[in-house]
Amino acid sequence: MARKVTGRHVAISTVAAWLAGFVIFFPILWMVLASFKTELEAFATPPSFLFFHWTTENYVTVQERSDYLHHALNSLIIAGGSTLIAMLIAIPAAWSMAFSPTKRTKDILLWMLSTKMMPPVGVLVPIYLIYKNMGLLDTRSGLVFILCLGNLPIVIWMLFTYFKEIPKDILEAARMDGATIGRELIYVLTPMAIPGLASTMLLNLILAWNEAFWTLNLSTLNAAPLTTFIASYSSPEGLFWARLSAASTLAIAPILIIGWFSQKQLVRGLTFGAVK
Amino acid sequence: MGRITLEGVQKSFGPVHIIKGADLDIPDGAFVVFVGPSGCGKTTLLRLIAGLEDVSGGRILIDGNNVVDVPPAKRGLSMVFQSYALYPHMSVRGNIAFGLKMAGLPKAEITQKVEAAAATLNLTPYLDRKPRELSGGQRQRVAIGRAIVREPKAFLFDEPLSNLDAALRVQMRLEVTRLQKQLGTTAIYVTHDQVEAMTMADKIVVLNAGRIEQYGSPIELYQRPANLFVAGFIGSPKMNLITGAEADKHKATTIGVRPEHVTVVDDGGEGWPGKVVIAEHLGSDTFLYVDAGALGTLTVRVVGEKRLSAGDAVTLRPEPNRIYRFDANGHSIFA
Amino acid sequence: MATRQTQILARALLSPAVILLFIWMIVPLALTVYFSTLHYSLLDPGSERFVGLENFEYFLTDPAFLASLQNTLVLVGSVLLLTIGLGIPLAILLDQPVIGRNIIRLMVIAPFFVMPTVSALVWKNLLMHPVSGLFAWIATSLGMTPIDWFTNAPLLAVIFIVAWQWLPFATLILLTALQSLDEEQKEAAEMDGASALSRFIYLTVPHLARPITVVILIETIFLLTVFAEIFVTTGGGPGLQTTNIAFLVYSQALIQFDVGTASAGGLVAVVIANIVAFFLVRIVGRNLEA
Repeated sequence: MARKVTGRHVAISTVAAWLAGFVIFFPILWMVLASFKTELEAFATPPSFLFFHWTTENYVTVQERSDYLHHALNSLIIAGGSTLIAMLIAIPAAWSMAFSPTKRTKDILLWMLSTKMMPPVGVLVPIYLIYKNMGLLDTRSGLVFILCLGNLPIVIWMLFTYFKEIPKDILEAARMDGATIGRELIYVLTPMAIPGLASTMLLNLILAWNEAFWTLNLSTLNAAPLTTFIASYSSPEGLFWARLSAASTLAIAPILIIGWFSQKQLVRGLTFGAVK
Repeated sequence: MGRITLEGVQKSFGPVHIIKGADLDIPDGAFVVFVGPSGCGKTTLLRLIAGLEDVSGGRILIDGNNVVDVPPAKRGLSMVFQSYALYPHMSVRGNIAFGLKMAGLPKAEITQKVEAAAATLNLTPYLDRKPRELSGGQRQRVAIGRAIVREPKAFLFDEPLSNLDAALRVQMRLEVTRLQKQLGTTAIYVTHDQVEAMTMADKIVVLNAGRIEQYGSPIELYQRPANLFVAGFIGSPKMNLITGAEADKHKATTIGVRPEHVTVVDDGGEGWPGKVVIAEHLGSDTFLYVDAGALGTLTVRVVGEKRLSAGDAVTLRPEPNRIYRFDANGHSIFA
Repeated sequence: MATRQTQILARALLSPAVILLFIWMIVPLALTVYFSTLHYSLLDPGSERFVGLENFEYFLTDPAFLASLQNTLVLVGSVLLLTIGLGIPLAILLDQPVIGRNIIRLMVIAPFFVMPTVSALVWKNLLMHPVSGLFAWIATSLGMTPIDWFTNAPLLAVIFIVAWQWLPFATLILLTALQSLDEEQKEAAEMDGASALSRFIYLTVPHLARPITVVILIETIFLLTVFAEIFVTTGGGPGLQTTNIAFLVYSQALIQFDVGTASAGGLVAVVIANIVAFFLVRIVGRNLEA
């Protein structure tokens, strides 16, 4: 920014931006505050903002209910597993399309994108029935599989756009230097692609962690990740606001941190490279 | 040893013929330059020799062995890319050593060879830096170091100097030539710059639209161009080409006169009358662009300072034994 | 790169992804088409029979379909309007020289990372609760009657929740686009004597046209299938007031166990999504050429 700006301009926009940011962030902040209140205080009118009796008892309660840890573990396994498998399938595919493109590469990419646009509800019935018949309902492997397929197009696309930016010359240089394709992948491509691989993984982890259509429909208890677990607070337990807030805070904290780290890549991943 | 022979090499991408049958014999130790306008197929031909592209037809022999089905890694050639193509995540040492590491040489030997190559190229102080910490000229040297350290049968250069500034380009031109002579390794060098071609090559291959127009030493190409294309491409400024009545006088469809073979005379004798359109004063030379009526605009190179400016009337006289003659097909007519 | 050897290898490496996605696309879809022509209820197993297009007729003429189609369109339209209408000024604000921009950026982006079930419940309980919610307290403090959101304006409540989740997405994309607007172009316009307003109209707006289109298309794809927010807050009610097509299909399938009708409804959803997808794919495809 080489443009000159007045102090007043900076002051006004700073105040406005902080105000806007605060309003948008407020529900999350309010939830975190509620998680440190007692149930009574969380429910109280008028609400207390900071001057309440701070307590961590909700977190203890949530932790003590072993089912919370169970669901957190499910989330971790489902999001992590589906991400890892998607990466394993996507890396070779993206490599192939980025570095050895054919006339059909563009069509294949767009076709992959279009599979992502199919509304899940369109195939809910057959998937539900197939899962039921195969005993995959409420299993972690069933959810890993479906989330992996659901996010595969985005993963391939993101990796493709990253690989595209690696100059072909460098891979050819490695080939001239006597590297086989395998060694070219290990010694040259992978180290150069690590930033792209990492942000693709992070974004996919976020999407899988927060996925709430298949997880709600295909899991009930055993394989239920945090999305389903939190949803169970909607009815009878809905009155335990402080406990709900504590569980929610724990559920979103890791992903919020990962998300903040990968926000730059988010735009690119979610727009399929249409906006960089 | 590094004798490279092309026999009827062809390359097409779908219906587009990029190389339309190339025959060439490059002797061991020669410095051969492929030159031609952009899109003439010179880089493709180099990549075919490298093995980065498959030939569509014909044979490529390295020391008598047909290598068309041999992967690039096994051809024993090394290449310097236009973009340098250094491995950004490796140090200079790592870049130069990579090929040797792939070849599975013992560590001690690698270290010794890398350091020797670095010393030759004045890179020793930079061995532990990453490419992004180097200047353009230093990166260029690393790319060359990576090529020489493997002691290949031949070096392939793909417009390696085009990303450097003018002064550095002249210096690197000398260094590359000297290094190649010192090592005695065959080199194929692609460029679109005919000055680079003339100054560096033992032999030049002039390419145009996928065909080899002429293969010969720089002076051969300058003195005896095979056709109009070579005549126009080699030499700077470009040769003046004249058709019509003046050409008929020499029993040719087209005649050519190089700007340096025309003199400006004021002895009232025979010559081509004209008017100076633009005079470029370079100090060492003066380039005159002269409107010579029916002959068109002719370029004239006068050595030293010539006090002429736009609008001055001049008489031009070509050196009679330096007039090139071409037939209706554009082929040279030699007496 | 283009040697036969690498090409064969490339095909081999690409095929697992293509095959998997192909199966993933074709098998369930074919089954949906098949089921949609059957009378098929999970409550009455063994009674499956071919009924042609009867399910479609039933689904499309069901008043619930028209209601849910309307809800879907209102939901998508309102959220688009809110996210883009607020996203543009917000993005422009964040593009200004602001002290602490990175922290504000983090605060603005945060809602996008909150899982849908959490945001829905936090809004429903902590903010929109008619007695103990923060909004009720604010309304009372200002001397107004608190709104019972999920009774009196359930669809609006869902719209606010979803808009809150998607506002960061729109803002972030528009901000990225703004930051890629060439500084020299702006300076050239300034040298040409363009005022701040005309710079905005002639430079910024045309520059934002494309990202806005992208935001509209991508959000539409996701908003057409909003599910979790409805599932945990209203369950589609009261009545059908917050039932969108996705939720309707879900309730046909997994609450009423009417597989045939649900499949027909699913296909209707696919058709609607494809209309949007068609335009998105074209935009992305054009970008791929460049």
